[in-house]
Amino acid sequence: MSRSFVSERIASVPPSAIRRFFDIAETMENVISLGIGEPDFVTPYHARNAMINSLLDGETQYTANPGILELRREIAAYLAHRFSLHYQAETEILVTVGASEAIDISFRAILEPGDEVIIPDPGYVSYSPSVIFSHGTPVMVPTYADSAFEPLAEDIERLITPRTKAILLCFPNNPTGAVLTPLNLKAIASLAIRHDLLVICDEIYNELTYDGFVQGSMAALPDMWERTVTINGFSKAFAMTGLRIGYVAAPAQLLQAISKIHQYTIMCAPRQSQVAAISVLQKGRDDGYQDILMMRESYDRRRRLMYDAFINMGLDCSEPKGAFYMFPSIRNTGLSSEAFCEQLLVDQALVCIPGTAFGRMGEGHIRCCYATGTEKLLQAFERMQTFLDKIRS
Amino acid sequence: MDAMKTQILNLLGEDCRLSLEQIAVMLGTTLKNVAEAIEAMEKERVILGYHPVVDWDKTDRQRVEAMIEVKVTPQRDYGFDDTAKRIYGFEEVQSVFLMSGTYDLLVQVEAPTLKELALFVSSKLSILETVNATSTSFVLKRYKQDGVIFEGDTPDRRLVVSP
Repeated sequence: MSRSFVSERIASVPPSAIRRFFDIAETMENVISLGIGEPDFVTPYHARNAMINSLLDGETQYTANPGILELRREIAAYLAHRFSLHYQAETEILVTVGASEAIDISFRAILEPGDEVIIPDPGYVSYSPSVIFSHGTPVMVPTYADSAFEPLAEDIERLITPRTKAILLCFPNNPTGAVLTPLNLKAIASLAIRHDLLVICDEIYNELTYDGFVQGSMAALPDMWERTVTINGFSKAFAMTGLRIGYVAAPAQLLQAISKIHQYTIMCAPRQSQVAAISVLQKGRDDGYQDILMMRESYDRRRRLMYDAFINMGLDCSEPKGAFYMFPSIRNTGLSSEAFCEQLLVDQALVCIPGTAFGRMGEGHIRCCYATGTEKLLQAFERMQTFLDKIRS
Repeated sequence: MDAMKTQILNLLGEDCRLSLEQIAVMLGTTLKNVAEAIEAMEKERVILGYHPVVDWDKTDRQRVEAMIEVKVTPQRDYGFDDTAKRIYGFEEVQSVFLMSGTYDLLVQVEAPTLKELALFVSSKLSILETVNATSTSFVLKRYKQDGVIFEGDTPDRRLVVSP
């Protein structure tokens, strides 16, 4: 047998569990998908137009490593205005290829081999692998439906060891739609201070909250700015997923280390995506972020519609206050998450994602995204009901 | 108008087949509130009708459509209203707008054939005493109407599954 050239560390990470459902769905017709993790809006027209003009003007060169200064200034103004986060455009903000790059290079910048990062479970699929790719060890902190999938400070504290370097938080959360209430946010902050830990906050969904809830930012809390890495991007709030444009904001010394990796591996985020980002932030500043408000209102209506439908179907579900996901329990069907989703897809051509794709604690749940047209959602509910009737009879 | 009525109009504007129950759920209010708000808006003639947006080119219906710019002599006490009323009474007329600019009324007209439409202009519209001049342009293709794109509308390009 020939030698395997693949690193054992990389080989140890399983491929994303979502892939299998993609492969099945690809072979089927008339599929309705609640398995999508992105907005159903197209990037605002003015932003696309700005990209076209930029191309026509021949703006096809590299930008400065950390991103166009005008964009970093817009980001600084945006973070200050929307989330009371104060960063210097010149030294504390780095524009990245999506929040995904920001997550990767943040871990790489801080982790020594064997350093531990505490990550809420269930959570977005890339956190654990990113930690492992950076020679770190992910330590999962379970979250529970009973506490609305919020990680509790005492549960986190139990997992802290001398090797713990950071806590990763992403609230509003993918896949649960959970938010972090002020009390909990503060409790985790004081924990981080007490144990001298860094907090990496992926705030990609923080514009998408409902029922008047406002997701507080960790770095805005007293004594937390210096020990927080704030990650955000344009994918979710501005419907710019394919443009791959995000950013990381952190104290200068930390940002310098993170930037070093970006500088050597990425050079700069795509110029036209940066142009689009400038366009949405400038317009937002002028018109009170109408793009976001319009999309958020639309998600909110569909959130209510889906919640109502699931409750009527007898699926246990807490009403999520953020993102665009619902994470109902399917325990009372007697099926595992994986079996439920596979049978649902094969029987009804309806895609949902098994909760286990997002961690062990996702067992018994499925992730359903409501960022899909109302008409499609209503059809999806009918299919789900038919499937439930079948397996319950 | 209160915020809920505006939200209801937005929802009906997107899809007027939504049931009262669905609207109530989506707006986080009661069925009764929605029903009353819609009834009130119908009474106040805020809501005047519920029509589908149709691409008639894809049907068998014989149909020619034109936009007619009409110059009108305004009348004492009535301004343009009386002439507009005379014009919109014709069954061929789909819409009438009072315009600023180089002409006064924009009249959208529909008829089964080109000849019938031309006849409408010459025998019904032009002969009105207050109509001074008309300029007729035929609609060749409809790209977008009432916010709906007719051709080349963007399909859902998202991957069927993504994390």
